[in-house]
Amino acid sequence: MMAHGAWRRLRADRVAMVSLAVVMAFLLMVVLSASGLIVADWEDEVGVNYAPPSFVGSATVAAAPEAARQALPDNPFDPLADDLAQLRAQAGEGGAAAGAARRATLPFGGDKWGHDVIKKTIKGGETSIVIGLVAALLAVSLGSLFGALSGYWGGVVDDFFNWFYSIFTAIPSVLMILAVAAVLQQKGVLTIVLILGLTGWTGPYRLIRAEYLKHKAREYVLAADAIGASHWRKMFGHIFPNVSHVALVQLSILVVGFIKAEVILSFLGFGVPVGVVSWGSMLNEAQNELILGRWWQLTAAAVAMALLVTAFSLFTDALRDALDPKVKT
Amino acid sequence: MLAYIVRRLWQMLPTMLGVVVLVFVLFNWVGGDPAYILAGKMANADSIANIRRQLGVDQPYYVQLWIFIKQIVTFDFGLSWATGEPVSNIIATRLGPSLTVLVPLTLLESLIGIALALAIAFVRGSLTDRAVMIACTAGMSVSILVYIIVFQYGLAYKLGLFPVQGWDGLRYAVLPILIGLAVSIAPTLRLFRSFVLDEVGQDYVRTARAKGLSERRVMWVHVLRNAAIPILTHVMSNLPALLIGAFLLERFFGIPGIGREVILAVERSDFPVIKAITVYVAAATMVFNLLTDLLYQAVDPRVKLS
Repeated sequence: MMAHGAWRRLRADRVAMVSLAVVMAFLLMVVLSASGLIVADWEDEVGVNYAPPSFVGSATVAAAPEAARQALPDNPFDPLADDLAQLRAQAGEGGAAAGAARRATLPFGGDKWGHDVIKKTIKGGETSIVIGLVAALLAVSLGSLFGALSGYWGGVVDDFFNWFYSIFTAIPSVLMILAVAAVLQQKGVLTIVLILGLTGWTGPYRLIRAEYLKHKAREYVLAADAIGASHWRKMFGHIFPNVSHVALVQLSILVVGFIKAEVILSFLGFGVPVGVVSWGSMLNEAQNELILGRWWQLTAAAVAMALLVTAFSLFTDALRDALDPKVKT
Repeated sequence: MLAYIVRRLWQMLPTMLGVVVLVFVLFNWVGGDPAYILAGKMANADSIANIRRQLGVDQPYYVQLWIFIKQIVTFDFGLSWATGEPVSNIIATRLGPSLTVLVPLTLLESLIGIALALAIAFVRGSLTDRAVMIACTAGMSVSILVYIIVFQYGLAYKLGLFPVQGWDGLRYAVLPILIGLAVSIAPTLRLFRSFVLDEVGQDYVRTARAKGLSERRVMWVHVLRNAAIPILTHVMSNLPALLIGAFLLERFFGIPGIGREVILAVERSDFPVIKAITVYVAAATMVFNLLTDLLYQAVDPRVKLS
């Protein structure tokens, strides 16, 4: 009943519906890309290195590296000169055949290896969004579980979890994430999910705990108690559905936060491993490309991420308003 | 008052102990044997045993924990594993540059945030209000990395208005502060606006209007003084986290601050530095929370400390 009312309120909000459509489009893209239906060939080197976008044209940028190569004088003392000449001749035979197929421009440009930037952005989005979703799910599950135990049982259990909470909130989350990253020493998608999930549970915990404190004395819980429902059943069968909207809002807030965090971690080199592309690793490459005037990879990753995060945040705001009409923000 | 402070400090002990144990478990247990990191790639058994003895890693865990606690209390974390510089010296020298960026940034951000929030509250509910809020959400959704990369490239590298990188006093801090402002103004405005709107609906506002005060006086005097309480709380309790939070700015601009030191330490597995900074920042967070509560009472006499 409440969900129905919330959905009706949400439907009436035009901004919310547009944002939802954008978020859904991104999620569809993730599903298609993860199942290999689209952009499975993103690693094909279809263009020349740093191929500019088609609408810019190839003449301006592509000429530069060629000129640089010409400008290098021959070094008569180079001990590897003969070997290099031989290698170049070999590479020229094979390379010319492969290079002929490479295109001088790509729809939105190419990266260092000539990958299509649009496909790369979609593939990177898959990594970033999946990490954000799974990590947020982990954090909210942990927070809900701790919060439920703490709020429902009270007493020593509550004291223990509050102590735990105070420890985690005493350390700023950035520092916590970096400290865990330093210790784990291995890059990987799972590592980032664990880092973010295990450090991000404090927000959901606080709110869910407060809800359980409020709900455990309500009549419907006492009624469930009277018909002999077990503690577990009361906690998760009866109370949780009534506080799940809090968890849902927290989930969408955390997804946004974690996508941003993943981008920063991967940018710093503590995130996705070499060979896996994410929006953060793209921004990392793009930083150096920008100085050479190659702005397209930066633009693609930044715009894709900004679009998703804006839509997700606007939708979260609307969701919170719809689920909890009393609160005005 | 004194009794309250003493009790609060006493209550901090279990939390602080928890932080210490958490950091200890992370770095001494999960982090693995530091001797292998320190001895490098060409390690032999002798040198590993030697390093283990020096660091006390060959002792049982409770002795190691005791060593760690002694280090915290005496401010002596030994030497950095990467550079051999004393850790206490690293922290002392990196604090200055960090604060040079953070103090002006926090002040400007709060003042501009308050002014804009009050201005927006004048037109609350209007199309302008909604448009500004959506613009804030959009501004917040662009990664901070993009802000830094684009501003550094555009303003410093292309136009040459600011030094691109480096550190030599306040001149080098201007662009980082500007970028910090650009990034933080949107979330700050959203938050402060909600603080102000919480007050606008109160009875005293209606009373002030009823006795014929101008809307401007109501907002800038009556509402502002009450909204100042949550704003002050927010700014104060965020200060220690900010010290680390500016790590991206410090890294991009080569500012030798605390945040950049943390990144370097993570890159080089320099555990003593991360451990020291984590413990002290956690302690600072708790102390600042206490200060916030004391200040809270100073500005709002209704609040009773208990």
